[in-house]
Amino acid sequence: MTRETPLHAVHERLGASFTDFAGYQMPVRYTSDLAEHHAVRQGAGLFDLSHMAEIECDGPQVEAFLDYALSNSLAALADGQAKYSLLLAEDGGVIDDLIVYRLGEQKYLIVANASNRDVAVDALQARAARFDVTVTDTSDDWALIALQGPLAASIIESAPVSLEMPLAELRYYRITSGSYGDHEVLVARTGYTGEDGREIFIHSPQAESVWTSLMEAGGDQLTLCGLACRDTLRLEAGMPLYGHELSRQVSPAQAGLSAVVVNTKESFVGKDVALEPKSSRVLVGLRAEGKRAPRAEYPVLDGAGTVIGEITSGALSPTLGYPIAMAYVEADHREPGTELVVDVRGASLPVTVTELPFYSRKKVTS
Amino acid sequence: MSNVPDSLQYTSDHEWVKVDGDVATIGITQYAADSLGDVVFVALPGVGDSVQQGAIVGEVESTKSVGEIFAPVAGEVVEANDAVVDAPDTVNSDPYGQGWLIKVRFADLPDLLDAAAYTALIGE
Repeated sequence: MTRETPLHAVHERLGASFTDFAGYQMPVRYTSDLAEHHAVRQGAGLFDLSHMAEIECDGPQVEAFLDYALSNSLAALADGQAKYSLLLAEDGGVIDDLIVYRLGEQKYLIVANASNRDVAVDALQARAARFDVTVTDTSDDWALIALQGPLAASIIESAPVSLEMPLAELRYYRITSGSYGDHEVLVARTGYTGEDGREIFIHSPQAESVWTSLMEAGGDQLTLCGLACRDTLRLEAGMPLYGHELSRQVSPAQAGLSAVVVNTKESFVGKDVALEPKSSRVLVGLRAEGKRAPRAEYPVLDGAGTVIGEITSGALSPTLGYPIAMAYVEADHREPGTELVVDVRGASLPVTVTELPFYSRKKVTS
Repeated sequence: MSNVPDSLQYTSDHEWVKVDGDVATIGITQYAADSLGDVVFVALPGVGDSVQQGAIVGEVESTKSVGEIFAPVAGEVVEANDAVVDAPDTVNSDPYGQGWLIKVRFADLPDLLDAAAYTALIGE
């Protein structure tokens, strides 16, 4: 039984095509994956991300709890600050990757992947047992709408949303509260596209109304977007996707996420092992010539024809015009410039190891 | 709601076939093109290649996924649409016209689906 987000009826009315994702019926595209991708890079795109899991953590020991339960230092966050974090297993494998927002002195909001909602909630609640803290799965209470792209901020400014601080002062990886009519909203400067953008949390009954207001505020400058372009956008930005680049079988060290592990903390789940590899393979970026893209699970070979890795994500990059991919390869092939080969359904595609990300926006304004 | 022209025949692999004498023109249906998303790469067999019915003879890739082209008939490839290789988005914009893929000269035509049967297959 697949679930629907609070915006499902809106998507149907607006002509979206749907796909099953993490147990939800989600818009995969409205019109064209490529047009939606380019709109986010050049203008603004509107996404329904209400499938994402929201987990609220409250209590006098919430700082100590999160520093124990997660990989980095969440106690150090100022009110209104956000941080990318990892929920690790005892053996250092990745249970989920998360964004953690500090909403107040004793209150945090965690956004987890929809596909990991239950395991993330279970792990956090189990780790909360020894702390004076409450962990609550509030996923069904919240709708999440992302407005991404260089025009995102100006569109929100012309929408009927009032915030506690001027939107221009909301710095990267910060969140602020506000109101939409009589209703509470949270607006964060976060995203998963490699573009500047904002994410808007609104209680589910008001989701449709906020979505419509944003469409009206954006007018011709705003493009409705599905999950297909979200995947190519995050791939260009070199951002990992759980189930592809991240899993229980890899440690943060292998995924290039050692900086998300603060091993100097006294005690946390996965301490020490998180910086140890679980195999001799590491995550790299690959690029190719032509138009044919490596895809997830295709073998990666060295010049002698020996399999030395596997693709985790790949596509013809809409922004760059050439094929890009991420792959786990044996660590002695990780240097940028290394020439490798991908077996694309029986054909050999030459690829070159390259630095991640493939694409960075030109300027972060604040 | 996908367009399924009455004048064509179809396969369960979402190809369409237009028969003219002993030559079959082959493409993918609008339903298949819509499911793939924006087509960005097309690989076709060469003229003169012989193809077996049901064999993979080409590929249609979108940014999101890969679709294989199965030969609906056995025979010899007499023409491949190079224009669609240069402009793959033609498969989306005109799947039954300029977006055709290959022409195959055949000896025997297998049983294919009519428009009503194909429409039922895709559940519309």
